[in-house]
Amino acid sequence: MAENPLSIDGMKAKIGEEGEPRVYEIEKGMILRFVQAIDDPNPLWQDEEYARKSQYGGIIAPPTLIPIIGFERILQQVSQSIPQGTLLHGATELECYQPVRPGESVTVTTKIANIRERQGKMGKMTFITFENTYKNQRQELVARCRQMVIGY
Amino acid sequence: MTEQLYYEDVAVGSEIPPLVKQPTTRQLVMWAGASGDYNPIHYDKDLAQSRGLPGVIVPGQLAGSFLGQLITGWIGEKGRLRKLSCSYKGMNLPGEALTCGGRVSQKYIEQGEHCVECNLWVENEKGEKTVTGMATVVLPPRGSAAS
Repeated sequence: MAENPLSIDGMKAKIGEEGEPRVYEIEKGMILRFVQAIDDPNPLWQDEEYARKSQYGGIIAPPTLIPIIGFERILQQVSQSIPQGTLLHGATELECYQPVRPGESVTVTTKIANIRERQGKMGKMTFITFENTYKNQRQELVARCRQMVIGY
Repeated sequence: MTEQLYYEDVAVGSEIPPLVKQPTTRQLVMWAGASGDYNPIHYDKDLAQSRGLPGVIVPGQLAGSFLGQLITGWIGEKGRLRKLSCSYKGMNLPGEALTCGGRVSQKYIEQGEHCVECNLWVENEKGEKTVTGMATVVLPPRGSAAS
């Protein structure tokens, strides 16, 4: 993703273009903070002994952790394009292929899939859909996720 | 944890036992730190109100993660979540009870995998569905994984 702020028109010119991949280290503490924030007691995410006996052989991250990996870059990009604007989240579509485990590194690649603008109650609203691809350190496809963010 | 759910246990129309969540402002702060989503409408009430919002609002992905909790808890350790989509249609306010629910819409076997599709929702105290979603899960069939 471009590090320089882009206008909405600048973002439109980048539709379909893959941004710079970024690597995220998945740590046990990160998973624990995430499940504590949701208040999800599922032992697969936090009980090493239980998880060891499961089909996964150890703790895995809950699937909804994946869409937040790198999401802050999306928000940052949109907020720079709409200075002083308000951002809302419109939708998330997640497809999971592999579990994510502590100790793994996940590479996220983002592209803008589509931008729509329309007049709403709050003035001009911009709907931006991002497509993220997540790969693990073995270059296996872990997940794909589409995120739609609304700025006005 | 709860008992394992099997493909044969569900029928089209089966309801997922609902999960009630009541996010507090503290939980919103925990979520911001854990997710890295520092959109100020989720923690700065003055700013949120100056933007025409009723107050700080529950992040869509936190509500979506409640649906994730619902579905992964339901399918059990041997079930697998393959797809989860969420549309954040309305605003949820901290302090409100949110009821997460779902219903089986389809079941089929595809390439040897036992798939179940569900419609999901988050409903506020007024009975409004503020998040709607869909999930595809793969469940174990009875008898195959006896070990």
